[in-house]
Amino acid sequence: MGTELVRGQNHPLSQVRLEIRISAGVPVLAGATLGDEHGTVHGRQWVAHPGASHLPGVQVPRQVAAEHRLAVDLAALPEAVHRVDVFIALPTGTAGPLGFGAVPAPHTTVSGHDGTELACYTLTGLDTETAVIALELYRRQGAWKVRAMGHGYANGLPALLADQGLPDADDLATAIQEAVVQGLPGTTPVPPTDRDTRPTPAPAPQATPTHQAVPTSQPATASPPASASQPATTSPPSPPASAPRPATASQSSASGPAEPPRSYGPRSPDEDGGPDPHQPGGPVDYTHPRRTRGRPSPPPSVADGQPARPVAGDAVGWSMEERLYNQVWGMFEDLARTTAAYRSAIDFADSRLEKELDQALADPRTRLGTAGGAAREAAHARRTQLAGRARAAFDRDLAQLIAEAEVVEPALPPAYARWDSPVWHAYRVPAEPPMALRLGDVHLPESAPLHIPLLVRLPLERGLWIDSGPSAAGAAPLTDPTEPRHLAMSVAVALAARLLAVHPAGEFAVQVVDPAGAGNRALLPLTRAGVLVSPPATGAAGVSQTLERLTRRVDLVQMAVRGGAAESLPADVDTAQQLLIVNDFPHGFDDRSVTRLRYLADEGPAVGVHLLLVADRGEATAYGPLLDPLWRSLLRLTPLPDDHLADPWIGHAWTYEPSLPPAADRIVHDVLTEVAGARTKR
Amino acid sequence: MSVNLSKGQAISLEKKDGATLTAVRMGLGWQAAKRRGLFGSRTREIDLDASAVLFAGAEPKDVVFFRHLVSDDGSVRHTGDNLVGGAGQGGDDEAILVDLQRVPVHIDQIVFTVNSFTGQTFQEVQNAFCRLVDETNGQELARYTLAGGGEYTAQIMAKVQRAGSGWTMTAIGAPARGRTFQDLMPAILPHL
Repeated sequence: MGTELVRGQNHPLSQVRLEIRISAGVPVLAGATLGDEHGTVHGRQWVAHPGASHLPGVQVPRQVAAEHRLAVDLAALPEAVHRVDVFIALPTGTAGPLGFGAVPAPHTTVSGHDGTELACYTLTGLDTETAVIALELYRRQGAWKVRAMGHGYANGLPALLADQGLPDADDLATAIQEAVVQGLPGTTPVPPTDRDTRPTPAPAPQATPTHQAVPTSQPATASPPASASQPATTSPPSPPASAPRPATASQSSASGPAEPPRSYGPRSPDEDGGPDPHQPGGPVDYTHPRRTRGRPSPPPSVADGQPARPVAGDAVGWSMEERLYNQVWGMFEDLARTTAAYRSAIDFADSRLEKELDQALADPRTRLGTAGGAAREAAHARRTQLAGRARAAFDRDLAQLIAEAEVVEPALPPAYARWDSPVWHAYRVPAEPPMALRLGDVHLPESAPLHIPLLVRLPLERGLWIDSGPSAAGAAPLTDPTEPRHLAMSVAVALAARLLAVHPAGEFAVQVVDPAGAGNRALLPLTRAGVLVSPPATGAAGVSQTLERLTRRVDLVQMAVRGGAAESLPADVDTAQQLLIVNDFPHGFDDRSVTRLRYLADEGPAVGVHLLLVADRGEATAYGPLLDPLWRSLLRLTPLPDDHLADPWIGHAWTYEPSLPPAADRIVHDVLTEVAGARTKR
Repeated sequence: MSVNLSKGQAISLEKKDGATLTAVRMGLGWQAAKRRGLFGSRTREIDLDASAVLFAGAEPKDVVFFRHLVSDDGSVRHTGDNLVGGAGQGGDDEAILVDLQRVPVHIDQIVFTVNSFTGQTFQEVQNAFCRLVDETNGQELARYTLAGGGEYTAQIMAKVQRAGSGWTMTAIGAPARGRTFQDLMPAILPHL
């Protein structure tokens, strides 16, 4: 099984002779551009397209079709070529769809010469684009890799080619479209491929008599060997004309003479549901050679009886980010519901057992003797059987969710990803804020290996409270009383670092109030990288100063928003979103500061001031019930796994686990250095 | 080919090719009866509600109705409350989707009921029907028409129950009284 790529992901290629299969729901044209090490495409002789389908090492189809096979021999490419961009485009001049958004997402597969699938990629998220670069094969330090591109152009093929640096892009695009318009009737029937049920070398059912309908009139730059290989018939040949050809030669009409001999066997007659016109003596095929047989099948996903193989981003949404967000929440709901079914079944099995045992005991005749024993045994057997069926159903669902998590987790962008995910190593300061943020993981006792990312929408609607109290330590009492506090502060710092990293440079600022300076050690990653607005405020004076400044900001921004005069804010008001980390609340707070903090908690989120409280609720008992609304308004998180989060559907108690960077890893440091660098550059 | 069920008739929900059904939709449609006499053109709105009760043994385990649209396990879904009924198009006004494969193993019967939330009796309702549709291809499997509306405000329409590895549907059609499914519980139990 090949690797399922997501946009931007790359994958090493273990073989040099490749076959790239493209399946779209509608007829498309396919081609490839060759670029040097700088990505420059030197003229139209470096573009393989339906009008010039054969270049050294690259072979593309000569007609539009819903399914394509491109042959690439990386070893046969000229030395100068470092990059092969595979593109597809909708043919113009037909009443086809207006953009890829209107058709099923095209699916591409890269397989080796022997048929083993190396990588696949589904081009999701396309909209008005009519031409798109699907994959890029590129040479990096002597080795070839494939990257999932999905880079679309609403202005179609001319824009795509122009973007590749071709000087006469418009002319070439016109030539390509002309070449396929003439070949348009020759759309190939869709081979009934189903990658789930037929994993290994699929016979290539692409050669049908219709291929010869492709006219040989080609643009001037067409490479001579390719056109010479075609039977020089300009009129559609009748099927019997091709009958004497040996079946194995059926490959050549589509793949050309330079194609290395393949191990594929001859086509079996039932391959496309009709009689094989290439078999000598076979029944005559009366269907019109140009007629498309059947409807193009949608992208392969369903194999009967088997759950579909999970794909990252398999949910609704306008962008991959939104789709992943919805998918993660969908997994969350599915796990909640399947667990509800399981628990309900077990409860029922237990209560039924109880009842049946009671019945057996209530009857004095069966209380003693073999009849009673048999009744008890039967009751136990019924319970075991029901519980076993419930467990089987639950395990089936859980296995599917785990398989889904395995493809979703590596595809998550930094804002959603765990700290140990490789995406953090390729971290770049983003240009746009993300949709949501991962606060940690949640799981249920039954779902042991499966952890669901806990994603919350940004900007945060409520403040966060990291509980540093002993209640959070729960079952694992820590020897050192300061340890829970340090751990809670580390969680706060990891969250702040994540928030800083996923926002564009300068759009998110973090301030810290640490009255007693107790959090110095935990705050090191932030202070060392220099990403704080100002050093942590200490002492009662620092507390009131910071709170006053933020209160003023909230007030001014609220006024500006209400008055519709966002431009007239004073120059000293930072328009970036603010995160205030308060350590050891309510230490160092007087009544006035507490009131200000409550104001920030209530009014802040709407105008971009967010609260991250690290506190032990027990220390605020002096305030009595007055602070209860504050605690309730904050989302409680714990530094150690604790089951206190309820889901919105059933209300299970989910165990929350914070997302902490690996202990001996410099990833947070590296990321924050990048953030600080981007900020000074601005 | 749809089967017109009569009261108490049971059909097996197996497809002709032997495969069992995977998802069914219980659809409910109705119209307010035209009233004669003065202001007869003023049609009164009638709010019927479809509910589904999931039973394990004879114990109700979960209920899907307009305030709880999805069963906890996610296998039974209500498409939402319709307060006025259909204008006579004959489509479903309320529908309950059942994913039979995902119904928890201990649930062995699902009973579908209809209540008049606004209190009108079924005399004022016309063209009321309940039908079972194969959700995978939209084919109607069975239809049960509420013939001759009487002086009652609720009806226990039908139930699907496990039979071997598949499911069967039984038309019940028993009248009852009540505003929501809770009032119907005593009336449902004899039909389990």
